[in-house]
Amino acid sequence: MPLEAVASQDETGTDQEFLYTLNFGPQHPATHTTLRLILTLDGETIVRAVPDIGFLHSGFEKLGEDLDFNQYVTIVDRMNYVSPIANEMSWHGTVEKLMGIEVTPRCRYIRTILAELARIGDHLLCVGAVALDLGGLTAFLYAFNEREKIYDIMENASGQRFHPSYTRVGGLMNDVNDQFVEQVRSFVKTFPKAHADVCRLLNKNKIFIDRTKGVGVLTREEAINRSCTGPIARASGVARDLRKDEPYLAYPDLQSSFKIVCSNGGDCLARYLVRMGEMLESVNIIAAAIENLPGGPVSIGTDSNVVIPDKSATYRSIEGLIQHFELFMWNRRFETPVEEVYGATETANGELGFYIVADGSAKAWRARTRPPSFIHFALFPHLMEGHQISDVPAVLGSLNIIAAELDR
Amino acid sequence: MTHAEAIDAKFGTGSAQPTDFRDNKRIAVPVEKIYGVLAHLHTHRGFDMLCDLAGIDYLGYPDAIDRYGIVYALTNTVTGERLFVKTFVNDPDPEVPSVVDLWEGANWMEREVFDMFGVTFAGHPDLRRILLPDEFTSFPLRKDYPLRGYGERHNLPTVTRAES
Repeated sequence: MPLEAVASQDETGTDQEFLYTLNFGPQHPATHTTLRLILTLDGETIVRAVPDIGFLHSGFEKLGEDLDFNQYVTIVDRMNYVSPIANEMSWHGTVEKLMGIEVTPRCRYIRTILAELARIGDHLLCVGAVALDLGGLTAFLYAFNEREKIYDIMENASGQRFHPSYTRVGGLMNDVNDQFVEQVRSFVKTFPKAHADVCRLLNKNKIFIDRTKGVGVLTREEAINRSCTGPIARASGVARDLRKDEPYLAYPDLQSSFKIVCSNGGDCLARYLVRMGEMLESVNIIAAAIENLPGGPVSIGTDSNVVIPDKSATYRSIEGLIQHFELFMWNRRFETPVEEVYGATETANGELGFYIVADGSAKAWRARTRPPSFIHFALFPHLMEGHQISDVPAVLGSLNIIAAELDR
Repeated sequence: MTHAEAIDAKFGTGSAQPTDFRDNKRIAVPVEKIYGVLAHLHTHRGFDMLCDLAGIDYLGYPDAIDRYGIVYALTNTVTGERLFVKTFVNDPDPEVPSVVDLWEGANWMEREVFDMFGVTFAGHPDLRRILLPDEFTSFPLRKDYPLRGYGERHNLPTVTRAES
């Protein structure tokens, strides 16, 4: 879209020449990712903000129609790359719903633990980046120190730090080891201290509060009408959380160990406080889940014809070999119902849903993503009007826009 | 009274065809009645949030009659109930009424469906491409569009600093 020319007169004929246009991004440190804003300014006050997106569009949904249900998990990882494992739970949760697969208890618990770790990691980045943009570097460093531990746990479980691709249809790539349990236990023990450090730096910090309180206010009605979910809706007083409302994975067993964190403020400060509160609730979930981790297999049996057998079974038994070939040959693979289904999970940013249309083959006919970042970024012009240009990083950071998910 | 019965009572028998799959409750509505049905669900049946709006191209899908499907995923934020309303449109002029005046959140979602499928939304305040550049001529999520594209990227104009 070309830069908008500012009209020299408004509808009533009043002179508008004092307005000017500022191009913000697509490469700007405060946007963190690749997105562009065209701001019309009156002095330093924003009269109009027009987002221009699509710089990272790479046709993920088209690829979803060309890759099978196990292969597409590598693409799903790259949507919200700050908490990739939560996207995998959502994708394979929907695929399993489509096929009518019930995963094993151990798999449910491990997925829950990893999804909550991903939520903490995502919130840490968001909170740290807001603080960084508003001038507080130390909180960012504390947050990243904890993120590093989460990456270590992911690496131990899956062998990959950033894009684990750890889930499979009907289970997980492999079981976790004893060291994983120790790492998670030690994270649960040490994280509240780091969380308190960040709180001490920011919660009563005059500069931080002055720059976030009353900025970018979203009322409850607007939040619902504009399809907001997740921390942004909860910061505006919408008490909705899919982990409570539509419990999936191990959340039905863990209902007593966590609460929904809400606020009525609706501004950037409320969104920050909701995220901080949610991290502690997530730690409680992880603590309860790791101590009740059930034994047994992580994947449903290979007789179900949908699970990739482990390498030892592939190489040492004829059943495993046949199963492996059945799943990897182009003319075999999965059999799916000719149906369509919507499944959603509560990820760090909000409701991440997938609408899968299946035509009976191993590939999705349509793999629609409901991306929370895309829906939340549509709020931006509304939130920005009338604010100062220095509020842009605060609002942008508090919405936690991940451009790869925004553009897909 | 279920939602489908309420719609049948208000808009005539056969307006809503209910189906179920897993936990998804769905109703199919003809496109002439879609705006009225959605407005009714929004105002009188408590569906205050449009959770998702998806376009689907059914070209070559088993037993498909119509080409494009538009799915409105509605949510009631008080009870947590979900309902999937679906309608179908066809070439050469696929057009659906816009629901931006009911749910402001539909604004960008409708623009995305237009961008990817070429389905237009009558009454939309600002129906432009959103993810792809304005100069792009095809609709890439249509089934007759190849995975590797037609090479449009090579024909996009180059903007220099002096011209911008």
